[in-house]
Amino acid sequence: MIKEYQTVKEIKGPLLFVEGVSGVSYGELVRIRDETDLVGQVIEVGEGLAVVQVLGNTLGLSRRSRIRFSGEVLRLGVGSEMLGRVFNGMGVPIDGGLMPRFEEKIDVRGNALNPVSRDVPSNFVQTGISTLDVMCSLVRGQKLPIFSGSGLLHHKLAAQIARQAKVSDENFGIVFGAMGITNEESRFLINSLEGSGALERSVLFLNMSEDPTIERLITPKMALTTAEYLAYEQGMNVLVILSDMTNYCDALREVSASRGELPSKMGYPGYMYTDLASIYERAGRIKGKAGSITQLPILTMPDDDVTHPVPDLTGYITEGQVVLSRELHKKNIYPSIQPLSSLSRLMPRGIGEDKTRLNHQSISDQLYALYARAVELRNIVAIVGESVLGESDKKILEFAGNFESKFMNQGFYENRDISHSLNLALELFSIVPESELTKFEMSASKEENHGKETNEG
Amino acid sequence: MKGVIKKISGPLVLVEGLENAKMYNVVLVGKLGLMGEIVRIKENTSYVQVYESTLGLRPGEPVKDTGMPFIAELGPGLLSSIYDGVQRPLKEFTSESDFILRGMSIPSLDRKKKWNFKPLVSEGDHVAFGSVLGIVKELGLEHRIMVPRGISGKVGKIKVGSFKVTDKITTVGGSKITLMQKWPIRLPRPISEKLPPKKKLRTGLRSLDSLFTISKGGSAALSGGFGVGKTVVLQSIAKFSDFDVVIYVGCGERGNEMADLLDSFSKLKKGELPLLNRTTLIANTSNMPVTARESSIYLGATIGEYYRDMGYHVGVISDSTSRWAEALREINSRLGEMPGEQGYPANLSSRIAAFYERAGVIRTFSNATGSLTLLGAISPPGGDFSEPVTQNTLKVVRTFISLNKKLSSRRHFPAIDWTSSYSLDGIGVDFPGWAFSLLNREAEIEEVVQLIGPDALQDKEKLVLLIGKLIREGFLQQNAFSKDAFCTEEKSEKIMKAIEIFKDFSFSSLANGASFEEISSNHFFMEILRLKNRSPEEFESQYKSLEEMLL
Repeated sequence: MIKEYQTVKEIKGPLLFVEGVSGVSYGELVRIRDETDLVGQVIEVGEGLAVVQVLGNTLGLSRRSRIRFSGEVLRLGVGSEMLGRVFNGMGVPIDGGLMPRFEEKIDVRGNALNPVSRDVPSNFVQTGISTLDVMCSLVRGQKLPIFSGSGLLHHKLAAQIARQAKVSDENFGIVFGAMGITNEESRFLINSLEGSGALERSVLFLNMSEDPTIERLITPKMALTTAEYLAYEQGMNVLVILSDMTNYCDALREVSASRGELPSKMGYPGYMYTDLASIYERAGRIKGKAGSITQLPILTMPDDDVTHPVPDLTGYITEGQVVLSRELHKKNIYPSIQPLSSLSRLMPRGIGEDKTRLNHQSISDQLYALYARAVELRNIVAIVGESVLGESDKKILEFAGNFESKFMNQGFYENRDISHSLNLALELFSIVPESELTKFEMSASKEENHGKETNEG
Repeated sequence: MKGVIKKISGPLVLVEGLENAKMYNVVLVGKLGLMGEIVRIKENTSYVQVYESTLGLRPGEPVKDTGMPFIAELGPGLLSSIYDGVQRPLKEFTSESDFILRGMSIPSLDRKKKWNFKPLVSEGDHVAFGSVLGIVKELGLEHRIMVPRGISGKVGKIKVGSFKVTDKITTVGGSKITLMQKWPIRLPRPISEKLPPKKKLRTGLRSLDSLFTISKGGSAALSGGFGVGKTVVLQSIAKFSDFDVVIYVGCGERGNEMADLLDSFSKLKKGELPLLNRTTLIANTSNMPVTARESSIYLGATIGEYYRDMGYHVGVISDSTSRWAEALREINSRLGEMPGEQGYPANLSSRIAAFYERAGVIRTFSNATGSLTLLGAISPPGGDFSEPVTQNTLKVVRTFISLNKKLSSRRHFPAIDWTSSYSLDGIGVDFPGWAFSLLNREAEIEEVVQLIGPDALQDKEKLVLLIGKLIREGFLQQNAFSKDAFCTEEKSEKIMKAIEIFKDFSFSSLANGASFEEISSNHFFMEILRLKNRSPEEFESQYKSLEEMLL
């Protein structure tokens, strides 16, 4: 039975306190009618009092607002007609088209995937970007965030990955959830998806920076509910790009503060780890099902600080991170991925003899070791000058210069296959003396080095 | 006892009218019968933390008090099982859905499976709590059926044959005995005597076995920020250590990690049998209810104690205790309790101490020796060890393994920091004092290099750096995904011996007028670096030729 109340006791930030209610359930969807129509969610309910979190702008809300409890939780109608469409952060079409037909309506919060049902992610995804493919390989079903900073080109990188990963997989889909990004950024992403013909295989949920903050809490759930449908019901390999998770967390903090909850670090709520996990853990594969969900969340680190709660908690949940470096960006290197602080935890499962190349891991380790050594040497050179270095150290610096300009640096439309990227690395090894190759045994025959190649892509 | 819901706030539900409410009693909440636990009583109101999502619950729905605290089912069938934090069997759930739905309820131990029971006592024998009545073969392990608590007296007629876990096999003092018994998870199982830990655990990780030993019956914590490799080290211990039984608790961590663990444990062998046969997995991933995360480590310890009481050496590995502490914090905050440091409950310190106190070597009631080793990961925010969970754990554990970001970013794995880790259980024989001092000297020289550059060093100092590299890369570094993942004591000793031979050789050569370049280009240097990755045969022959050439 649906009842309407006009008994708002208090309005505080995004929260409405409604008195005299009965039969209201926790988590229920609420419609609020005043000058504008809004929806909300019950976040606490006792006898006679419900706390409603308004999903939208509270401008103009008054105690005369009429509150209607719908008796059901927030659900999203999903269907394959959603492909190619653009929605707002709450799932309403904003591309001028009609609401697409849905095949089922699903609770957007999702259920936890049984760990036993999970299939171990082990398929290499070729992104066509050398630094990623060789040193921080993405694996289908993985959640690999991009840790970026304001002014860095994370959206350009995301767009390139989306375009190039699509090329090698006809069953590829993209779900994009934008939380509080600017019109400029979203237009860039849409245009680049459109330009590559990927838009028709994409579903977009856009909560722009001028949209209500609170809606941001729902947007990733909308995106992932859609992704789950496409992956597990339609068998698609879905890449979910969520940007910007820092805006999401700030919205979480805002609601928490207005509820008067005890904050933990920097005012963020104590349950932020659990809340973020409920988003990130929706990546994966299910045994016996064709599709997969790979997540590429993007977050900007305030002041480039990796110990800030948002990147910190994210790093604890996700399977590695791709870190963009301001220093490399200033050197005009695109993509400015810093391999030394980036990591893909699932990489060992996704590479190797039958997947990329037998010695892929050793090549990656060797690149890493040499570049790390070069960074140390550069610090020394900055203090005492290059003259104090020995011959082999100078070679390592030469290697690093080439590594940055030829390997890391690549064009926005340059799609390198994994074999090409690995060979590029081998070429770079020839710069340094063999005694420096401790992680990798340069073998006598060229064929062996170049290994048996299979290109899954 | 019936009560009604008064208020719902996330996982916390306030219930009125439970007259015989007792702290930590399990209650069934709402029409779905969601499992919950009473965590606070105030007049007629009980505060219940619910183990499943409370979405859709309404005030006024009924609540039933089971009158009992949260108990674990203990008996044959625990090994190779995978449970959630409240001991629901996850494998069995998959027949219904790939997702964990609410209100699902399946008994923890298989009620249909039959086990072959062989009695070890006869009718008329006098037995008491902990006495072994007989044995059941459980996946290669001799599962000893013990007398449950509160029961003693004469053994009645005792049966031989195959039984379900709920079948009566005998009576003791008139009470029915089955293969299964129950135990409240928050209560440590009683012991007859605690013994000092003496035996060392062989983990197969050189940096642990040689530098920071863990004893069987000891306790160890691994702390480090994200990406330093805590989970890899813990999984490696779970795979290769010489425990009889391992309980692995994935507490608030990644789902893919648990899937990977399950997959590799089914494939890896320990002797003839899959590794999974000696393992119970408890998986309460980060997206599963936070309250069940809180209970998961107690469940792990209880199952561990049960096998310990049979006289086995058991390891309980919890990844991560920080997530458990965060669950405590979340519940505490919803209860509106006054917080201690960083919002954690004020009793965090005693909760952590009480947990690690469950570790130890014991004499069982049937006069055997068993041990429970507790290993926990800590995930300090921002990698900062001054936070409450790390600090309170440091107070109680015997071995502290500090994983260092600097090392991991140099790809030095396991990234165990030899300057800040410690073990009260002593150092292994194969890491000699000279190696320690050499590493310290190396660190000093590295600082100088930062100021004046490497070429300004004297040859002797360069040699220290060279040998330091051998120790770090040739000995301490160990790839968890290679054949070197498990290192025997003998191999470990020989690698160190080889490094020592090379060290003595190079210092004496230098004294005899050889140049640094001559020494560093000696092919044995590269050989020793790669020694750890050689196959056993190659290893032996390389080691022999090294001994012959350099001695």
